[in-house]
Amino acid sequence: MTEYLDDAMPPEDRDRIELHLSDCDDCTTYIEQMRQTISATGQIRPDHLPGSVVDQLLAVFRESRRTGS
Amino acid sequence: MAARAAANAVSDAAAASDPRARSLSGARPDRLWPLLWRQMVDATDPGVTAGDEAVVIALRARDERVFIDLVQRYQRPLLRLAQTFVPSQAVAEEVVQDTWIAVIKGIDRFEGRSSLRTWVFKILTYQAKSRGERERRSIPMSAFQTADGGPDEPAVDPSRFRPPGDSRVSGHWAEPPADWGSDAETRLLGREAQEVIASAMDTRPPAQRLVMTLRDLEGWDSTEVRTALEISPGNQRVMLHRARSKVRASLERYLTEAARVTVADLEALFRYGPTR
Repeated sequence: MTEYLDDAMPPEDRDRIELHLSDCDDCTTYIEQMRQTISATGQIRPDHLPGSVVDQLLAVFRESRRTGS
Repeated sequence: MAARAAANAVSDAAAASDPRARSLSGARPDRLWPLLWRQMVDATDPGVTAGDEAVVIALRARDERVFIDLVQRYQRPLLRLAQTFVPSQAVAEEVVQDTWIAVIKGIDRFEGRSSLRTWVFKILTYQAKSRGERERRSIPMSAFQTADGGPDEPAVDPSRFRPPGDSRVSGHWAEPPADWGSDAETRLLGREAQEVIASAMDTRPPAQRLVMTLRDLEGWDSTEVRTALEISPGNQRVMLHRARSKVRASLERYLTEAARVTVADLEALFRYGPTR
């Protein structure tokens, strides 16, 4: 499935799957829904991190400029 | 070729993590270009990407905005990777913190033999492994090597297929995937659907969630994920498939349950008429 969706399948396996899909509405629907799932997931933007996490690291980042390490 | 790149990435990562390593004059951006060029012409090598050059130069110049972007982007995925090596959340957080410090200290010596993000993840792996060994509680890649969620866990509930020996065609769908409705495409872009996806991903083990995050949210390709996480192609596929299948199932519930509510609403409407 993942190989098929990645387009990373040997051509003969791919042909076999496509032959099956041409004749099976349920599997076609399933594959299409997986594609929709992947693309909907790609729309998610992660929440921003708590400021404290970033601030701590930023302090280290600034310090590294001063010491040149 | 890929093996060489991986080995180089590890040595870069190890150097960045080594407190004894001193800053080199290689910090000057002009030293980077021959390396970048070599990476770009060698298409099979998952090396620095075009976007990396600008980021590396900005980090060397201590551009805070670029650094914050990088942290915002990879803090959570790194935490998930750390969780696969060390037993507690607190230790995982420390490992991520140490990783960022190693990135800051090592960026001047980053030679671009891997992509920047692969390099960051390799540093995490190096830090987490040595931390795990120090604590003698290392679970090296166990989350990736055991099938992560049970080896027998199927991606699709087997009851949805006809059993072998069924008089009808065995192996075919007994309960086919439900129709998501004509407005599925629009609804999948909505805030609710995004929350459904996010909470489905949250229920997955850290390794699965990590692979799906990198592939589908961050848009990494399979080679890069394998290199950064040091997992086999088969393992990467299995984890990605399991995570995606669970997310698909949650979306199916969300999209079809909502449809039932609509029918109920319509019935109420017929019975009682519109409410004001």
